[in-house]
Amino acid sequence: MAKTKIIKNRAVEKKLVGLADMVIASAQREKDPTMEIPLRALSNVTFNPRKGLLEMGGKKQARSFFNVGMAKKFMQTMLVADALSELQRAELTTSLREIYYRTKHTIQDSHENTFDTQDESDPIIEDLEVSLVALREELHVRAENGGSVVGPLVLGDDGDRVDCAKLGKGGYSVPSIVEPEYVEIRRCTADFVLLVEKGTQWNRLSEDKFWRRYNCVLLTGNGQPPRGVRRLARRLHEEYKLPVYVLVDNDPWGYYIYSVVKQGSINLAFESQRMAIPKAKFIGLSSADPERYELPRNVGIKLNEKDIARAKELLNYQWFQKPAWQVEIKRMLASGLKYELDALANKDFQYLTKKYLPRKLKEKDWLD
Amino acid sequence: MATHKSTASAPKSVSPPKASPQAGTSKKSDSRAGSPVTAVEMGARQREISVSEFFTKNRHLLGFDNPRKALLTCVKEAVDNALDACEEAGILPEVTVQLEVVAIGSAAKPSASQATRFRVTVMDNGPGIVRQQIPKIFAKLLYGSKFHRLRMSRGQQGIGISAAGMYGQLTTGKPVKIISRIGPKASAHYFEVQIDTKKNEPLVHENKQIEWDQPRGTQVVIEVEGRYQKGRASVDEYLEQTSIANAHVRLIYRSPDGETKEYPRAYHELPPSPKEIKPHPYGIEFGMFLKMLHEAKSQTLSGFLASDFCRVTLPLADEMCKTAKVSPSAKPRDIRGATAETLYRTIQATKIMAPPTNCLSPIGEKAILSGLYKQIKGEFYTAVSRPPSVYRGNPFIIEAGLAFGKAPDSETKPEKPTMPLAEGEQEEGDSELARVIRYANRVPLLYQQSACAIFKAVLATTWRNYGISQSRGALPAGPMAIFVHIASVWVPFTSESKEAIAEYDEIHKDITLALRECGRRLGLFLRRRERAASEFRRRNIFELYIEEVAEACNRLKGGKLPVEKLKAQLQKIASSRTGGMKTDETLGKTGAGPEGLPHSIIVTAEGIEGESSLAAPVSDDMAIEEQPAVPQSERRQKVKTGSDKRSSGKATAVPSVPKKGSSSQHREGPGGTGRKTHRTEKRK
Ligand SMILES: Nc1ncnc2c1ncn2[C@@H]1O[C@H](COP(=O)(O)OP(=O)(O)OP(=O)(O)O)[C@@H](O)[C@H]1O
Ligand SMILES: [Mg+2]
Repeated sequence: MAKTKIIKNRAVEKKLVGLADMVIASAQREKDPTMEIPLRALSNVTFNPRKGLLEMGGKKQARSFFNVGMAKKFMQTMLVADALSELQRAELTTSLREIYYRTKHTIQDSHENTFDTQDESDPIIEDLEVSLVALREELHVRAENGGSVVGPLVLGDDGDRVDCAKLGKGGYSVPSIVEPEYVEIRRCTADFVLLVEKGTQWNRLSEDKFWRRYNCVLLTGNGQPPRGVRRLARRLHEEYKLPVYVLVDNDPWGYYIYSVVKQGSINLAFESQRMAIPKAKFIGLSSADPERYELPRNVGIKLNEKDIARAKELLNYQWFQKPAWQVEIKRMLASGLKYELDALANKDFQYLTKKYLPRKLKEKDWLD
Repeated sequence: MATHKSTASAPKSVSPPKASPQAGTSKKSDSRAGSPVTAVEMGARQREISVSEFFTKNRHLLGFDNPRKALLTCVKEAVDNALDACEEAGILPEVTVQLEVVAIGSAAKPSASQATRFRVTVMDNGPGIVRQQIPKIFAKLLYGSKFHRLRMSRGQQGIGISAAGMYGQLTTGKPVKIISRIGPKASAHYFEVQIDTKKNEPLVHENKQIEWDQPRGTQVVIEVEGRYQKGRASVDEYLEQTSIANAHVRLIYRSPDGETKEYPRAYHELPPSPKEIKPHPYGIEFGMFLKMLHEAKSQTLSGFLASDFCRVTLPLADEMCKTAKVSPSAKPRDIRGATAETLYRTIQATKIMAPPTNCLSPIGEKAILSGLYKQIKGEFYTAVSRPPSVYRGNPFIIEAGLAFGKAPDSETKPEKPTMPLAEGEQEEGDSELARVIRYANRVPLLYQQSACAIFKAVLATTWRNYGISQSRGALPAGPMAIFVHIASVWVPFTSESKEAIAEYDEIHKDITLALRECGRRLGLFLRRRERAASEFRRRNIFELYIEEVAEACNRLKGGKLPVEKLKAQLQKIASSRTGGMKTDETLGKTGAGPEGLPHSIIVTAEGIEGESSLAAPVSDDMAIEEQPAVPQSERRQKVKTGSDKRSSGKATAVPSVPKKGSSSQHREGPGGTGRKTHRTEKRK
């Protein structure tokens, strides 16, 4: 467990201990100990068009101890709660994986493990986040870092001054917790934020010093951007009024990443309040781009069945109902092809830096 | 019944017809080219055939088709007779069967499996046989006491034991040796007899008074050609099955390999003695009817009808005569031809009460249970006796029983709380098919299973309805023995060898109904078992996690929690949520047994459940079990308060444990470690 100094938050610990109190009280009254867990599913998510973000509905799921189907999960939830409260008391942060290892053991007199894989413990942490209405940061659980930033941005991290313009092409590795208490934004002179899906393309832009020429903050999350990256983009957007552009592959997954940045994820809709950037723009790759930028057909990839199904699903999401988006997705389906950002290299290694993005920015060619 | 060439290989000791001088001439006339035989020539060859000669050639008709079966048939005929005699005389049977290997000539004695010659000795404690009758009984075919009456018994024809003796004589040349004594005051007689097959008359070789250590009874020794092999349709199987259906018999078996098995008596009462009845009019064929008319002792027709048939009263007889337009006072002898036929038809068309059924002696549910429990290891036993029915004027009773499951000792796994994998365990051994054990008048039927009405009814029963898997047209699968008994004054066998029962609709229907009831009870048992087991599994899961949850709570509360109290509270909830006491009961964890299954035994790892002893006589536990069902709630309380019930009162009646040294097939009782019996006899 990392020895990061953190701020004590008695409220979270109280909530965790509350679970034990619930068990004790139920046992006393000979009632089945039961906790209510907000449903983390599309059916319990609504899109607030006015705010432009996803909101979690009121649907809850009871998790009872004396129910064969739930008993194990209930037990696991208590173990995770116990581990989380230990973190609180010790004032430590930890990773999802460490939580898994911390709570894993063989149950007495049996050959059964409390957890068999991390896949069992991760969702339980999310369950606790939503049911205790505590953010992951507040629970002292870090996500993997996995994100990078370069640009005219000065941060304060554990008292160190981090000038993101002076970190070469590698940039600063964005921590998973970027709340003001942990990471301070001391200065930012950029004009906008460019959030790139792929690390490879971020490297290209960083190497080409794109950010310097276009005065922007370059961010990547290496795929689906982790919380730290999303939160940092949001803070820059909120605190420095910077527009945020999202650059992703032209495939259904790319659209989805964009939508998560913009209005939040279905899984953790309750965090949209803090994470979503409703004004974020989709700068590319658009299904219109291959034609507009004359990408040869042979650098496209045939959509597989999953892609098609996923795209059709997106078509139904409330937040993709804008006509432009319907056109965008349907055009991809009609072409039957998807394009990676990397495919731009077909024209020129620096095509992205020198031609594509400059033209996009000039033409203000993006989707909202 | 053509005489087959292959069966004509008769030994030298008798002269079969083939060896006659005519055989030589017939060879010539056999050739197609030869001139046809004249009636005179044929007449010269036509002569009487004695029954003995007939059966010498047709030994397969009597069950002597091959050496292995022949050995079994010899044992069977002697044992059946012994049991018939004991029961008729009101004696609880005690029968000893001994098979010994006999060396041929000067050769060394072969091992049991290699041997081709055996000495069969069967001894009973029956009434004995009066001296004058002994030669005829053992050396004259069609001589007996059972043929001319309608009464349920194992033997029917009066061929059995003399045929066995004749087979011995044919194959080994040795006479049948008999010792019999009719009481402690009488002296024992020793006989050696053979049969004159031409005349079907006994030849007495030896006849003397001897000293015998038995106060009463009969011993017969026959030396035969045979083969000894265990397994299906073996002597061993016959004796085992005999013991199942005849729980009142004590059987001692000394096998040819020198082992002694004892099948102890599990039921200490003789079956009620069946009464003899007169034929029912529905069961009589026209030819027989004519014969009866001819031999009638009564002077009047209506008198004849009323006295020679059962269920025909004088008024009814008068009425039938009137309907048939014959005078009730006519002489029976004078009724012939068309008149007789009209009368016969009229009788068949008249509604006549079903024959009385006191001529039948069913085994009874308790005795079947005892027998099954004694011989077959399992977890669940049940038995059903149907009310009497009638086929072709013959009353009969169908009884069925079931023994299901493996010995509970091998089934203890689900009891261990550490192995929550118990789920798949029931599936084990499901590929094994059920075993059908068939009986007619308490005699096991070991051959021709697939031709038998019993087997067909088992196949036709939809066992899947009762939670037993069954492939199309196959026996049900599972560790299960299905017992079916038909008791009748005249068992309709498909052939003379008495191996399979003919499929009369009435019989088929009754077997089916009995099987269904057994199946229904088994289904209930299985479902309850399954429910209890799954409740138990659930409870196990909860108990497993309670520890974790309670400890987590304790840590969350900073280690200041009375953890044990929390655990106890949670455990209490777990128990009440998983069927509570009821699961305990079903799992045999408390003194009370499962209810609602009449005439059943349930065996758990901790013993057979309940209060009454199987070995005890019927009368006293009958009274106990007829008590009305106790409501659930009350019963629970009983269990709570009377925790020490097992060791008090009727609970002390522990079934007698089979003696050591007896067969490995026997249920090895855990030496009186509180195996308790229980039979719930409540009405549905
Ligand atoms: N062990 C015995 N004790 C007393 N009587 C016997 C004994 N064995 C045979 N008998 C008498 O001998 C008779 C003839 O026996 P046998 O076996 O030949 O014919 P069965 O039993 O009448 O009919 P089946 O041919 O069907 O066996 C019997 O009817 C019985 O009266
Ligand atoms: Mg007989």
